[in-house]
Amino acid sequence: MRKAFFALAAALLVAAPVLSEDLNDPGEILTARHGYMLMLANQLAPLGAMAKGEAPYDAAAAEKAAQSLAALASVDTSMVWAPGTETGTLADSAALPEIFTNTSDREARFAELKTAADTLAAAAGTGHDALKTAMGAVGQACGGCHKQYRKSE
Amino acid sequence: MRRALTAVALLVLAGLAAAWAITRPRPLPAGALAGLTPDPVRGEQVFWAGGCASCHADAEARGEGKLVLKGGQRFPSPFGTFVAPNISNDPEAGIGGWSALDLANAMLRGVSPAGRHYYPAFPYASYARASLQDVVDLRAFLAALPADPTPSAPHEVGFPFNIRLALGAWKFLYLDPSWVVAGNLSPEEARGRYLAEALGHCGECHTPRTALGGMDRSRWLAGGPVPAGKGNFPNITPGKLDWSQADIVEYLTSGFTPEYDSAGGHMALVVENTAHLPEADRAAIAAYLKRVPPVE
Repeated sequence: MRKAFFALAAALLVAAPVLSEDLNDPGEILTARHGYMLMLANQLAPLGAMAKGEAPYDAAAAEKAAQSLAALASVDTSMVWAPGTETGTLADSAALPEIFTNTSDREARFAELKTAADTLAAAAGTGHDALKTAMGAVGQACGGCHKQYRKSE
Repeated sequence: MRRALTAVALLVLAGLAAAWAITRPRPLPAGALAGLTPDPVRGEQVFWAGGCASCHADAEARGEGKLVLKGGQRFPSPFGTFVAPNISNDPEAGIGGWSALDLANAMLRGVSPAGRHYYPAFPYASYARASLQDVVDLRAFLAALPADPTPSAPHEVGFPFNIRLALGAWKFLYLDPSWVVAGNLSPEEARGRYLAEALGHCGECHTPRTALGGMDRSRWLAGGPVPAGKGNFPNITPGKLDWSQADIVEYLTSGFTPEYDSAGGHMALVVENTAHLPEADRAAIAAYLKRVPPVE
């Protein structure tokens, strides 16, 4: 867990020089938000492949990915939820503006993601069925927030 | 002259009789459920497979809240806005006083206990394919859910769509309980067809509608624009949806797409239901979707 956190910190340091100087620019905020979502997806991909049976179950690899996911879920994302980056204002954005103002609900939902990711981190290395069950709860946390705050296609 | 008038009157009467024959509500025979024994445990599976909570609970409801079926969700359409009624166990505001036969008439025939047509926003055009045993089991499960006294709100439907008898003509055209995907199906595919075409009522959103609001069986599950809204329901026939069966099962389990995005909008509510089903049922739905005629 700790290792994963340092890995994340190191990755962000390496990435720093390519960031624009203006972290408050709406376009940069949106890039950060989408990047965060993609980083979650990157860790979910090997877990999902195992859950689906597309990849053989590998306890160590599952645990590693799940711990990284839990580390990501513990990151403070408050700065990427900023007015000016909502759908309609930025072409690539699907965020409904309510997510910027319903701060306590947003934080509760991220806490739910953290809880589900921690559970997954504890379960992923213990067996295939435990992995599948815990993945479901992570998915429900993702979907619960998307249902509420992401514009439907 | 008099004879001519009589002839006209007779023609009018015959026309009215024919119209009544077509448009009258058609409940099930009184003894339709004879011999069926309710099993509330199976009824819970029917409840999740049927997606009752997605429309009849609060859209934001979670956990136990999904079992409070007090209605109130609004469904805009080209014909007006329909409001999901209270189907909680309250005897006044909800359906606490209903018999299993009342529920079967509602779900399979679109007819209320008072003998009126329901609007097809209530997906009886799909539930019409449900087994009577499932309805009996569902009735027993619903009877154990909480009662909520919130009164049902009226539908906001203007003339001429507020003439309920006209719905009889709609049913004449579109209430067809035969399977859409016919032919020799494996037992798994047949189970998936039952879940998708009957209880899961996938076609209600994913099949495009005709001008009169019926599901277009020739473009089954081929998607189309959201009625009176923005965006599109996706085409989930093999002509467009290239996900593997394992991808579909995962989506119906956790909501994750093959790119590890997650279901949003109303589909997130659907996944909250399918997540409760046995894995074999989700696999059956995936197997069925692979058998649907592809539409580009």
